[in-house]
Amino acid sequence: MVRRKTEGVAMKQNSWRTTVIALLLFAFLYAPIAVVILYSFNEARFGTNWTGFTTKWYAALAQNSLALSASKNTLILALGSTSISTIFGTMLGYALDRFVFSGKRFLDRTLYLPIFIPDIVMAVALLLFYSLIRNWLGIFELGLKTMIIAHVTFQIPFVAIVVRARLSGLDPSLDEASRDLGANGWQTFWHVTFPLILPGILAGAMLAFTLSLDDFVVSFFTSGPGSTTLPIYIYSSVKRGVTPEINALSTLLVLASIIGTILLTLLQRKNSKQT
Amino acid sequence: MSQSLTKPNRKTSLWPILSPALLWLIVFFVIPLTIIIAISFFSRGDYGEIQLPLTLENYKRLMGFGLLGFDSLYPAILWRSLVLGALTATVCVIAGLPLAFFIARLSPRWKNFALTLVVIPFWTNLLIRTYAWQILLSPESWLSRCAHTLTGGMSGESLYPSTFAVVVGMVCDFLPFLVLPLYASVEKIDWSLAEAASDLGANKLNVFRHAILPQIAAGLIAGTILVLLPAIGQFIIPDLLGGGKTVMLGNIIQQQFSQSRDWPFGSAICVVALTFVIMGLWVRAWCGEKPKELR
Repeated sequence: MVRRKTEGVAMKQNSWRTTVIALLLFAFLYAPIAVVILYSFNEARFGTNWTGFTTKWYAALAQNSLALSASKNTLILALGSTSISTIFGTMLGYALDRFVFSGKRFLDRTLYLPIFIPDIVMAVALLLFYSLIRNWLGIFELGLKTMIIAHVTFQIPFVAIVVRARLSGLDPSLDEASRDLGANGWQTFWHVTFPLILPGILAGAMLAFTLSLDDFVVSFFTSGPGSTTLPIYIYSSVKRGVTPEINALSTLLVLASIIGTILLTLLQRKNSKQT
Repeated sequence: MSQSLTKPNRKTSLWPILSPALLWLIVFFVIPLTIIIAISFFSRGDYGEIQLPLTLENYKRLMGFGLLGFDSLYPAILWRSLVLGALTATVCVIAGLPLAFFIARLSPRWKNFALTLVVIPFWTNLLIRTYAWQILLSPESWLSRCAHTLTGGMSGESLYPSTFAVVVGMVCDFLPFLVLPLYASVEKIDWSLAEAASDLGANKLNVFRHAILPQIAAGLIAGTILVLLPAIGQFIIPDLLGGGKTVMLGNIIQQQFSQSRDWPFGSAICVVALTFVIMGLWVRAWCGEKPKELR
């Protein structure tokens, strides 16, 4: 798109008023994150008065066996579900981009349903499904396994959409060249397509991982005794009242998200530069 | 891009690639949803079991026509979810417009930085960002003290827990959902149209209405739906910030599946929530397909 720069200048510059509004909105977006980080260093055990700087809540966290086992469960859940959903989601993304089949349009549309469905609806639907199957076949005892299955279900569409976007940005003549040179479908995929879409697959996997890490509602309904994750632990603690220790735990999670986001942004920038 | 070169791909077959994900989604998504829809027509037994006869009672109860005559409890909750969702979306639009324009006008370097700043909260645990408002709006916080002073200390009500806190939490949590698609359309605006309108004597408001708004309408609608859908079905935010006073759809679903153990009724609420989502997606798809008409 061609923009006449000289003429558009007046409308393309921020007035001081817009700047102030934008800065206030950023402050609003970051206020909750800032307050959690700030209060994780607060000496006072109760209340919101600042009584002094301390790192003792982090030390306490290292001794907290509930938080530690919740961290372990969270990681198992996130790694397990991400590895399954990345493989299946990539295959789905590939099928949607490279094949023409009947019902494709419908599948394309329905793929957005698991993304937009309220998480509580998905959670209770799975809870109901698990309990019916359990009564019938005796499988699907609630625990980490049922949680992994649930997470994979909401991760697959996200991975498929990200991978598909990467695929559709590729030059189709590369595939054609590979096939003209005698490679079969699998060889073409493995030696030509796969290396090219790898950044997309990684981005999809990171997205899936973060979604799993952040999920509370679906985990809450599909978890069993002993499969408490960090969000479940945080929720049940917060229900009894916010403590500095929970703020410390949340701060660590927030830092993980910030690092993850920056990595993902860098990956995407690399993505867009390659195409 | 020429479609014919790669599609259809005849050298590999579709089924082995498509089936794992497809079967997974059918077994763990389509079937559970079908079960929910089916169960919403069953009755609840004395001990919370799901039993016959088939009935429309659950839906009638949700609409207020229970066995004991008209009861506005559930219609009120349904209405509140829609109103609070719409309110959240409106506030997000009002706040999101200046923010999206602000970011689009920055130099490329600052633009990337500002976009990352919008994306970070989006990736940060919603539970954490929500419970933080309990601290920010607690009676001793300086925000509450400011509000107290501003209102002259008249209202004895604290900022949290309240419906106000729920809306603040939802706006804060969902604002990035609106800003990102909106920014994408603002970025593509053809400013020469605005110049032309302005040269032809249109005032600022008219330039915005006739030359800019039609260009960003698609992004605005997409963003609004992205805010509206999760807001209506929200469970955590009203749970943590409403203090049991601001009950929304998500909360009554949770209630039916835990304390009340009325699964058929809970399923009926899910079906209603699902209907809202499908309607929203339909609007979204419709807008995505007809960008030219909206422009």
